[in-house]
Amino acid sequence: MKSQALGGIGIHFRAIRQSVVMLNPVSLIRNPVMFTVEVGALLTTFFAVSDALHHGGQALFASVISFWLWLTILFANYAESLAEQRGKAQAESLRTTRSTVLARLVTHDGVRTVAGSSLKKWDLFLLSAGDIVPTDGEILEGAASVDESAITGESAPVIREADGDRSGVTGGTRVLAGELRVRVTANPGETFLDRMISLVEGATRQKSPNEIALTILLVGLTLIFLFVVATIPAFSAYSKITSSPTVLIALLVCLIPTTIAGLLPAIGIAGIDRAFRANVIAKSGKAVEMAGDIDLLLLDKTGTITFGNRQAVQLIPAPGVSLGELARACRLASLFDKTPEGKSTLALSESLQQGPSPIPEGLEAVAFTPQSRMSGADTPEGAFRKGSDDAMESFIGHSLPPDIKNAVSEIAESGGTPLVVSRDKTVLGLIHLKDVIKPGLLKRFERLRRMGVATVMVTGDNPLTARAIAREAGIDDFFAQAKPEDKMELIKKEQAKGRLVAMSGDGTNDAPSLAQADVALAMNSGTQAAKEAGNMVDLDSDPTKIIEVIEIGKQLLMTRGALTTFSIANDVAKYFAILPAMFIAAYPQLGVLNVMRLATPVSAVTSAIIFNALIIPALIPLALRGVRYRPLGASALLRNNLLIYGLGGILVPFLGIKLIDMVLVTLHLT
Amino acid sequence: MKGLKGSNFQQYLRATIFFMVVCGLLYPLSVTALGGILFPFQAGGSLVKDRAGQIVGSRIIAQGFGTLRYFHPRPSAALSPDGSGPQPYDGAFSSPSNLGPANPAYIKSVTEAARAYREENGLPALTPVPVDAVTASGSGLDPDISLANALLQAPRVASARQVNPERVLALIEKTRVGPQFGLLGPPRVNVLELNLALDALTPGR
Amino acid sequence: MLEYDWIQILVSLGLILLLAPLVGRYLAWVYQSPSLWLERGIYRLLAVDPDRELTWKEYGKVLLLSNAFFFAAGFLVLWGQALLPGNPRHLPSLSPEVAFNTAASFVTNTNWQAYAGEAQLSNLSQMLAITFLMFVGANTGMAALVAVIRGFTRTGLSTLGNFWSDFIRFFLRAFLPACFLLALIHVWQGTPQTLRSAVSAKTLEGPSQTLVVGPVASLETVKNLGTNGGGFYNANGAHPYENPTPLTNTLEFLEMGLFTFSLPFFFGRMTGRPRQGLALFVVILVLYGTGLGVVEYSEKMQNPLLAPAALSQKATALQDGGNMEGKETRLGITQTSLFSNTSLAATTGAVDAAMDSMNPLAVLVYLVHMFLNEEPGGKGVGFAGLLKEAVLAVFLAGLMVGRTPEFLGKKIESREIKLAALSLLVTPILVLCLTALSVLLPAGKSSIDNPGPHGFMEVLYAFASGNANNGSAMAGLNVSTPYYAILIGIEMLLGRFLPLLPLLALAGSLARKKRLPETAGTFRTDTPIFVVLLLGFMGLVAALTFFPPLILGPLLEHLSLLHGISF
Repeated sequence: MKSQALGGIGIHFRAIRQSVVMLNPVSLIRNPVMFTVEVGALLTTFFAVSDALHHGGQALFASVISFWLWLTILFANYAESLAEQRGKAQAESLRTTRSTVLARLVTHDGVRTVAGSSLKKWDLFLLSAGDIVPTDGEILEGAASVDESAITGESAPVIREADGDRSGVTGGTRVLAGELRVRVTANPGETFLDRMISLVEGATRQKSPNEIALTILLVGLTLIFLFVVATIPAFSAYSKITSSPTVLIALLVCLIPTTIAGLLPAIGIAGIDRAFRANVIAKSGKAVEMAGDIDLLLLDKTGTITFGNRQAVQLIPAPGVSLGELARACRLASLFDKTPEGKSTLALSESLQQGPSPIPEGLEAVAFTPQSRMSGADTPEGAFRKGSDDAMESFIGHSLPPDIKNAVSEIAESGGTPLVVSRDKTVLGLIHLKDVIKPGLLKRFERLRRMGVATVMVTGDNPLTARAIAREAGIDDFFAQAKPEDKMELIKKEQAKGRLVAMSGDGTNDAPSLAQADVALAMNSGTQAAKEAGNMVDLDSDPTKIIEVIEIGKQLLMTRGALTTFSIANDVAKYFAILPAMFIAAYPQLGVLNVMRLATPVSAVTSAIIFNALIIPALIPLALRGVRYRPLGASALLRNNLLIYGLGGILVPFLGIKLIDMVLVTLHLT
Repeated sequence: MKGLKGSNFQQYLRATIFFMVVCGLLYPLSVTALGGILFPFQAGGSLVKDRAGQIVGSRIIAQGFGTLRYFHPRPSAALSPDGSGPQPYDGAFSSPSNLGPANPAYIKSVTEAARAYREENGLPALTPVPVDAVTASGSGLDPDISLANALLQAPRVASARQVNPERVLALIEKTRVGPQFGLLGPPRVNVLELNLALDALTPGR
Repeated sequence: MLEYDWIQILVSLGLILLLAPLVGRYLAWVYQSPSLWLERGIYRLLAVDPDRELTWKEYGKVLLLSNAFFFAAGFLVLWGQALLPGNPRHLPSLSPEVAFNTAASFVTNTNWQAYAGEAQLSNLSQMLAITFLMFVGANTGMAALVAVIRGFTRTGLSTLGNFWSDFIRFFLRAFLPACFLLALIHVWQGTPQTLRSAVSAKTLEGPSQTLVVGPVASLETVKNLGTNGGGFYNANGAHPYENPTPLTNTLEFLEMGLFTFSLPFFFGRMTGRPRQGLALFVVILVLYGTGLGVVEYSEKMQNPLLAPAALSQKATALQDGGNMEGKETRLGITQTSLFSNTSLAATTGAVDAAMDSMNPLAVLVYLVHMFLNEEPGGKGVGFAGLLKEAVLAVFLAGLMVGRTPEFLGKKIESREIKLAALSLLVTPILVLCLTALSVLLPAGKSSIDNPGPHGFMEVLYAFASGNANNGSAMAGLNVSTPYYAILIGIEMLLGRFLPLLPLLALAGSLARKKRLPETAGTFRTDTPIFVVLLLGFMGLVAALTFFPPLILGPLLEHLSLLHGISF
């Protein structure tokens, strides 16, 4: 789902219709602040009607106020439903990929064709070229190239094969070539696609912890203001001022934090939505929010920091051995090696030999085993082997010549991997394998550092190699010679120190660590187990995407904080509009409090309530887009936001209310 | 915790009695003992006696002076011992007037007092009256008046006592106090001390 | 302002600035060092185990129950005064409602006085009920603060310490010795300390005068040091016996301010973050200093309504001038401003002048101090309240920098916000509702003394004072009626314990949490920007909550004065 212009005009119409439906108090009570506004709107409407029926003195004023109160609620509903509708539109485009698909189910008495939607967990089915994958599954046998563009928007086909980290297939994708035997991993309605759809539709949207805390604070403020306004009539009565209930309700609505309460749901939905646009599916809003808090990011070296395969970049002959001789030995030792390293060694040695030389007869492959930790070939000329320095030492039975030893440590210190090549017990030279670091990482890690996120590289390499690569890539720390279970220990250790740890991973052996990490980004190309364990999935399968997710999380929190501050700060100006309007008739000496010099009490109250309503739609774009996050350090960030949303929040409504008042006066509406 | 039973109850009771005895008896009684030894005059209330040994008042508590021969203290809003009505300058129930600055009763009483002050001291109309001379003090027992207030009263006291006004002014200069340590509080005159000094200057009549 | 006004302010504030960090350090020692032999003796005597760690619920329960016992004991002494010895003037017992009000008032560190000390209390009552309750009330507040602070210092623990140990340490090592020494200085300056009661004097002009003496000095120091505020005499610190000289006035100012101003430093040392303590001290100092400036300006102001009286209200070398109604000559405006601003900021409630006769802007400051109730606030609980405001401000700040908020390494989550918000609600609800009720009901209105907005201020002030456990009053309001005695009595208890329990719960919840390490993304709470944020947040919430009554009270009266309008 590459970001695309969604909706158009239609989405707004649907959002408007939805906002009216949401006026239903039963649904509105989920948002206590807006529910309070609705009660106020009902009351003023009642005042307007009863006033019109009886004597009519206040009917016009009350109806104007109630009109704007209803509008306030509609604006807030609109903000929420617009965000929801945008999600729905995305869901809709996903759903089209899930047209009725047939599946070839394997049963004990043969293969049957059934509806894809009837497949249950643990069922087996077959796929061949041209089939649409009916549901999520794990490949048991076979390999195929699969077009996943329906999910990822990426048109290049990907390879999916049994027994590996790329054994998962996703419902809705299409097999281009190959035959597969697949086991279903999700029941109907629980597939990855189903969850994506329901998530973006907001059906399973839960309030995140910070959102709950903020809601509590807003409810607390609403309660306080309820008491503030409810006691004014008594104070006024003692001061021989009669107070109009309509004005009191207008004041209450102006004071309670309607702006942030109206925009809060939209901000949350928009956060998930932004992650979605970055092609990341978060399983909950909480996960996105948590990403903003990450202290420590674990990164696998291979595939994340470096390209997955090491390249042979140099052959270093032992003293008395010619380069050509070494190249030939390397070629023979690598002929059967299908690993990327082996292939690149083969390519390098062939290029050094000026074309492939004939292969001798009687060649016998010696495969890599965990015990021998070396590979090569036995030929009539002798046994050609290549392997790590310590493995080779035990193979040849004595320590390496000093020159070779020096070269080995030189390569290791530079971050490379040395492979020793021998014929029988004679060391012929070294192959220098080098990790190639992905471009642009240095900048990204620098940005992370300024956000306060430390990076740790996890690698199976020795510490020397690890340090060199970490330095080259700009990583803060590294964890060398790591076994898969070590990663888990590392996460637990850091978490015990109170740190929040994020990681990305794709393999089945990553699954436990993914489950342990606070924020875990699984690769869509990875195994089903990894995707289950992570709390978000990157459709682009880009392990560094986690950095973007962290920024989205921070942006989500900041937008809430900034708009809350703005909303509360707004109250000052509204007080200065409404309170003088209430008291000035009885006590003209209070005139200095009318700092905005609003024309009349009626225009003052009306202007304040209009401002209060209009500010919600005015801020919808900001709520959906999010406050811009820049990694400046917390204090600078706070200072900037306090100036913009705190001080700005105090000043803007003074201008806004005055402006509305001037318009009302010009139009002779008061 | 099992609520308020047995030993728990006893523990709270013990603590209450312990602190009541230490804070409510031992502490004040030991201060009384030591204070009485170190500063017997002050501890007893700074009581001033005449030659006959009769207590004539406290050095630091205002007493009422109405006759022309004495300097007058500030107005007093002190109450009678049962608090039912005014009893100026009586030490049994200290009290301010509690009148607010915009209260017409306050404006009226100050205006009236200022008029009376000018009349009593033979001052021309609209002579500015020192504010302390016409406002009730916080305790109703303020023993001091401002220098400005004393200086305006001096000619009237001198003429009532038929002494040279210069000698009265010299007494004011002699009895004036403050600022304490040259730092704290405004300069002022203790009325009882000044009046006692006056009586010493012109014994009898 | 004259030169000596500045000198007095500089001397007084200089002393505070100099001594507060030292006292803070000393208090931290009090709580961080091993028990003394005397303390161990007392623990044995009281059969308490000082090492038994209490959860917040247990701590709160012991705090409430012990206070219930103290309250009951005080109530019995006052209610049974006529039956007890040490009553040579044969004063009658207090009525049950006034005895209730008084016991509630002193056990909650409020010291609201619905009685007149010299006219209604025997020397024994002044000692056994009043002095006793003053000690234990203040001690309770301090213990509560220590428990709340432990919420920030502890990691992964569910307990907050032992109430009795916290209570006795402060009492024995700081409170009692300081009271004793200062009491002697008071006696030296003229405060009576005797077991005699009434003395009759034959004045120079003839009529006799009653002089009431008693154990005043011993009560006076605990009144101020414990931010209690209830005087021996009706006129409180304005009475020449309670506050005989400018030196005692300065001393009382220090007594009220010293412990409370030292609390941020104490906090800084207890948490091992002195910079954090300093930041909170700056917050307090800004609020305090602003208040002082406005009060001084207000009381130096000349009352335009007094023009017909042709007064000289200007300060000159010969008089202090200003608004002298209800003030004492030996103190003048500046000493009074220093005293009352401190008393109100530290929620002591002692007064050395009549609050009811102050100009409206000064009353505005006093009301705001009581609404905030946490700068520096009453013994212990005021500062704990400031920590609550800090938690809420940190929450906003954390959101604004894009990180789940944390304060001193403790994550602020919905439970903390819920508890802090709960604690925040108490003041607006109690003050606004009770004031509204009382200006509507005849029982409330009939006690009002001054007309117009000033009368409204009297009622607002009374309930602000009761809720903030301040205890000072605009004393024109007749509060010894059953209506006010009972209502304010209940309010004081609620205003004390309702916000305190959520704070203990908050501490309990924080103590259990892990401490997060600081990173570049962590928002530091000891910086100027945080000081600004905290001030802004506190100011905004208080202003938004109390703007309407402040307009109809002090602002209306001030503007009317300027326009020459009386009521």
